[in-house]
Amino acid sequence: MEIGYYPGCALHGSSNDYEMSVRACLAALGVRLRELDDWICCGATAAHSLNHKLAVALPARNLGLAERDGMEELLAPCPMCSMQLMKARRLLFANDALQQEISAIVELDVRGTTQVCNLIQIFQQVGYERIQQAATQQLGEFRPACYYGCLLTRPPGVVQFDDCEHPQSMESLLSELGAAPVEWNYKTECCGAGMTMANEATVLELGHRILSNAAAHGANCLVVACPMCHVNLDMKQAAINQRYSAEHDMVVYYLSDLVGLALGLAPAALGIPRHFVVRK
Amino acid sequence: MPQDLSLDTVEELAHARVQDCYQCGKCSAGCPIVERMDNLPNQLLRLLQLGRIERAAASAAIWECVSCMTCTTRCPKAVDCAGLLDALRQLSIEHGFASPAQRRTILFQRAFLDNIRRNGRLAELELVRQFKMQGFLDDLSVPQLFKDALLGPQLLRRRKLHLRPRRVKDRKLVGRIFARCQANGEKP
Repeated sequence: MEIGYYPGCALHGSSNDYEMSVRACLAALGVRLRELDDWICCGATAAHSLNHKLAVALPARNLGLAERDGMEELLAPCPMCSMQLMKARRLLFANDALQQEISAIVELDVRGTTQVCNLIQIFQQVGYERIQQAATQQLGEFRPACYYGCLLTRPPGVVQFDDCEHPQSMESLLSELGAAPVEWNYKTECCGAGMTMANEATVLELGHRILSNAAAHGANCLVVACPMCHVNLDMKQAAINQRYSAEHDMVVYYLSDLVGLALGLAPAALGIPRHFVVRK
Repeated sequence: MPQDLSLDTVEELAHARVQDCYQCGKCSAGCPIVERMDNLPNQLLRLLQLGRIERAAASAAIWECVSCMTCTTRCPKAVDCAGLLDALRQLSIEHGFASPAQRRTILFQRAFLDNIRRNGRLAELELVRQFKMQGFLDDLSVPQLFKDALLGPQLLRRRKLHLRPRRVKDRKLVGRIFARCQANGEKP
């Protein structure tokens, strides 16, 4: 299976451990990634807040590139990117005038024919059963709190993925692989996302609540499928402990880390030793 | 020229209708940072319904919002509450209501977009440098300037910091896209 791939800025930047993990894990499942040629940033929250036209044009340029290169599907492992791409696609599809205006702006005919998907959707396409058959290791020692955050399921009208109040797709996959996901309360609460630099106090408070609730429900690790969630809960965990005199010691895995481990990949091949909080 | 502090402006910016709100309070009940807010989300909506646009736009609460979209998702009347707060932030900046601490969010987003305009993709180190300098020139806070300095070496050790970012090949095209989107008066 070959699929178009939009890494986005985070996966080519400080979240390159996520890219390493996604690439290794999907390669082990026989999924070939074809990176979008000369992709540009999706604009993230900044374009959305400051210039509404740019917020459509930036993702639309990438959709146009994918269409030009005949990609039926485009994987964006960062939910901020996938949400922005899905939103632009939906707007272009519904509005002919906008479609023509934006096509002229980005110098490509963009029709919105390429499907955009997140990482979990790729695993669903491969099939949980097939992944389970390919697994060589049981994940029995893991009791993950699966954390979806905001953008994997919100806004539901745009992303149309799982249940926006009580998603289960990560739990189902990890249960197939022998893990014991916990039930907890904060799986769709916000971690502060892109506010890490601009409003750190909020990010630390939200992170503290998420980590505390996961621990109180017996989780021994968190699982995320978002680079920003990982930064706020892993990299910022020491700052959270300092601010709240807490003793969180919660390893934060990307979903592809745990699937990769089940497939028999070494932690180093998945970038796990490069996280801030590591298993002793 | 700042835009009018009118309900029309707010609704046009947000593509939302505030009269649809019937004050059930579900937005405030689900908001993760509600205890930091002077006016709760439903109260901001009420201010807008009463035409008190300036009071809503000058409210500290709009700068606490993390755009998680829980309010918008749960609204039984499909009012885009998060989008309305976006619009209020834009008006607050234009009319000079925001304090230096509150302006940091916007400074960061402006620095982010400026970075994309020049590089096509985010150059993280450059963004941090620019954001820190602009923030410092705005509020002269030395602790803020050096707050994250210790993370640098830790990121380097984990091979998470790129001194030379990978930029896009066709950066001129990115410049043209920005110019066309800004042509209609929307500021970057």
